[in-house]
Amino acid sequence: MLSHSLFFYFFSSITVFSAFMVIFSRNTVYSVFFLILVFVSVSILFIMIGAEFLGMIMLIVYVGAVAVLFLFVVMMLNITDQLTKNISRKGFVNNISVGTIVGLIILLEILIAISGWKYQGNFVALSDLNFSNNVTNTHAIGNVLYTNYIHLFQIAGIILLVAMIGAITLTFTKRENIKRQSYFKQIEREKSTSISLEEVESNKGINLDE
Amino acid sequence: MNEITIGHYLTLGAIIFTIGVIGVFLNRKNVIIILMSIELILLAVNINLVSFSVYLESLVGQIFTMFILTVAAAEASVGLAIIVVYYKNKGSINVEQINSLKG
Repeated sequence: MLSHSLFFYFFSSITVFSAFMVIFSRNTVYSVFFLILVFVSVSILFIMIGAEFLGMIMLIVYVGAVAVLFLFVVMMLNITDQLTKNISRKGFVNNISVGTIVGLIILLEILIAISGWKYQGNFVALSDLNFSNNVTNTHAIGNVLYTNYIHLFQIAGIILLVAMIGAITLTFTKRENIKRQSYFKQIEREKSTSISLEEVESNKGINLDE
Repeated sequence: MNEITIGHYLTLGAIIFTIGVIGVFLNRKNVIIILMSIELILLAVNINLVSFSVYLESLVGQIFTMFILTVAAAEASVGLAIIVVYYKNKGSINVEQINSLKG
């Protein structure tokens, strides 16, 4: 149990430190890297407490996709130029009092709610979704996700489809004066319109462009 | 250095949630940091759900964490697309200069 505590304190301190650095680092690229560090350490925590499938999904989805997406956008938008051009700490100084007070109030409220709550084992009706000892975490999630939660699963797929179409239509720009592939012309072509047999007399040749 | 209970995990979630909220409030640089703070807030929610799922020995929390992950990925992609379009039109994503709707 001691090793569990040690690992928990180690990774949670890394998480909190990197979450601070996400907000307070001057360079946005560093913020993205610290966000990746937050997700990696939290996924290690998930794996530690037995939710290994979610930990791995966290690594794949966040570190592999979302954080890299952030990184692409940050590098595409040339933000470092803009930062050095008009950096103003005025808004920061104005807002730090309000922001810190609101944040501390929320933190205190959450901590009071956590510490004052008596944990009850039968807080939620634990129907048939209990942990089973002889199947792995991934197996158990698969058993439940594709049976009891199939509709939510498909709605999640539709949400992803809508997000994909939305992102494409938002950023798509149609450029003029560019040679494009014409799919309908390509498919319409038939043998009768594109191939013909010509008699060529010797020493005369034939003009095909008529 | 005593035993790690659910309270430790909930406190970690609370701290990360608060850092995310402070990030939304304090940030004056660009909108991408605000999106990252929202990701932090969703991560705190995920930590809460997973720790309660392990504590109550019920899988519902982990299932809902998966759906939150889905929605967070969709939100991040659409938000970043909006930011890209805004940058193309205005040439800046500084928070102080986004005031076209101010009237």
